[in-house]
Amino acid sequence: MAQPAIPYIPFSQLFESRVWRRFSKTKSAVFGLVVVLIVVFVAVFAPFLAPYDPAAQIWTAVRQPPSALYWLGTDESGRDIFSRLVFGARASLMAGVISVSIAIALGVPLGLAAGFVGGLVDGVISRFTDAMLATPFLILAIAFAAFLGPSLTNAMLAIGITATPLFIRLTRGQVLSLRSEEYVEAARSVGNPGWRVALRHVLPNILPQLLVQTTITIATAIIAEASMSFLGLGQQPPAPSWGSMLNSAQRFLSNAPWMALWPGMIIFLTVLSFNLLGDGLRDAFDPRSKT
Amino acid sequence: MLRLLGHRLLQLIPTIFILSLIIFSLQHLLPGDPALALAGENPDPETVAAIRARYGLDQPIFMQYLYWVGGVLTGDLGLSMRHNLPVTTLVLQKLPVTLQLAIMGIVLALVFGVVGGVIAAVRRNTSIDYAANVVSLAGISVPNFWLGIMLILLFSIQLRWLPASGYVPLSVDWRMNLATTVMPAFVLGTAIAGIIMRHTRSAMIQALESDYVRTARAKGLSPTVVVVKHAMRNALTPIITLGALEFGALLSGAVLTEQIFAIPGFGKLIVDAVFTRDYAVVQGVVLVTALFYITLNLLADIGYILANPRLRS
Repeated sequence: MAQPAIPYIPFSQLFESRVWRRFSKTKSAVFGLVVVLIVVFVAVFAPFLAPYDPAAQIWTAVRQPPSALYWLGTDESGRDIFSRLVFGARASLMAGVISVSIAIALGVPLGLAAGFVGGLVDGVISRFTDAMLATPFLILAIAFAAFLGPSLTNAMLAIGITATPLFIRLTRGQVLSLRSEEYVEAARSVGNPGWRVALRHVLPNILPQLLVQTTITIATAIIAEASMSFLGLGQQPPAPSWGSMLNSAQRFLSNAPWMALWPGMIIFLTVLSFNLLGDGLRDAFDPRSKT
Repeated sequence: MLRLLGHRLLQLIPTIFILSLIIFSLQHLLPGDPALALAGENPDPETVAAIRARYGLDQPIFMQYLYWVGGVLTGDLGLSMRHNLPVTTLVLQKLPVTLQLAIMGIVLALVFGVVGGVIAAVRRNTSIDYAANVVSLAGISVPNFWLGIMLILLFSIQLRWLPASGYVPLSVDWRMNLATTVMPAFVLGTAIAGIIMRHTRSAMIQALESDYVRTARAKGLSPTVVVVKHAMRNALTPIITLGALEFGALLSGAVLTEQIFAIPGFGKLIVDAVFTRDYAVVQGVVLVTALFYITLNLLADIGYILANPRLRS
């Protein structure tokens, strides 16, 4: 069932709004936001933060445990794990943001069209959505990546296409619940064309729900990218990615367990933070959803 | 009720048709000649010609689709180039292994999820509730392939309690079967347990605040009877539906879990097929998974209608 409409808050008034006050009172949500901001900072300033070149192989320092020289140890080729984690943040964050942008760019217009035009257009788009959602997320993304070829770009494309129906369904549901609102009917009755009503009057009012869905889908996309890189279908070596670091760590579990520990912890912390942020945003926008 | 079911079944026809179009068109994402790609690595010209004839690749695309659908409808999902076996045979060989893991995973998820969710709801806003919330969110956020690796590190390498990888069929040795499947099933169940726990908690809170529970309390019934007999009965109906839907999602999790624990199931089949460019197997696995999921969805709907007297009439 669609959630009720939530008043739209312009960005300039966001920090003075009740939404921000509710959000900032939720400790877990603020924790999520802080971690997400740190990950973004690390990804942007990776070259300044990493003590070593993430691809530099130091054959005299193979599989070294954590020490003052190599804070989180080194991998099977003598590469510094901390530096690889710092640069790996770029692949994960890029995968999360770009694939979800693809899903939004495809899903929101299709959802608006389905909800507004109705009839055959809605029927075709909805059945397409059902068909995509009938296939488990990772299996469909793997299938797309298999046929497109293994690379980070193709993994992002595959995840983006697979996440599209989530945004179609959300947007369509929201449009259906807003269609009979007085202000939408008023906008229509003064002769605005359908596309203008959809873009100017309906879209701004569903932004909060889209923002919540975006945050949670970024978490899903980061796990999906890590999973695909773990399987060898995402970021290709020697470029660092948290998922591919875990793949090579698997072979050295007994003599270099630190290789597996840190990348997994970082994926976990990042995904958890996006989920906490998404939960916090949902509760702040719509306190009734909180139980 | 029959009308409702009939409507749901009718809706499935276009969904399955579009699904078949999506899966069929996957092979057209391949660069170059699909016959060459489908023939695997270093194919001889006869194999390529045989594939072209088999799938009608020299015919218009519409005819190619009809050939493919015709095959699927008669149970022919194509031929695995790597195993030189029909894809249907391979799928039928591997599916029971994954189903066993998925059933164990969903049972674990339902037990942990429902118990945790009910306790969290009954002890709302206490430290137990907060702890349950953290555990459920952690379950949802932890990458299950990493959890698998950590379990191997602890139980196989450090403690030496369980084998790190491999699979022994139930019919050969049930003890070894349990030893080889308990960790993967736990990994599979974790994420679903988190989701079920969150839904159970919120459904239980709603039920506990409803009038009929207040009446039951006012009648002087014991708190256990109120929770178990009155609130849980109503709150758990949607949870069972959710469990059926999440069972389909377990097949997705099996892709990674089977890879980590080297279990020869459905998930490992698709990953191996991706790397050996065995495209017919990839298409077959996607199709079977989707049809499985659609069937579960339908069964969940029927279950929901049967459990809800208002929908039955």
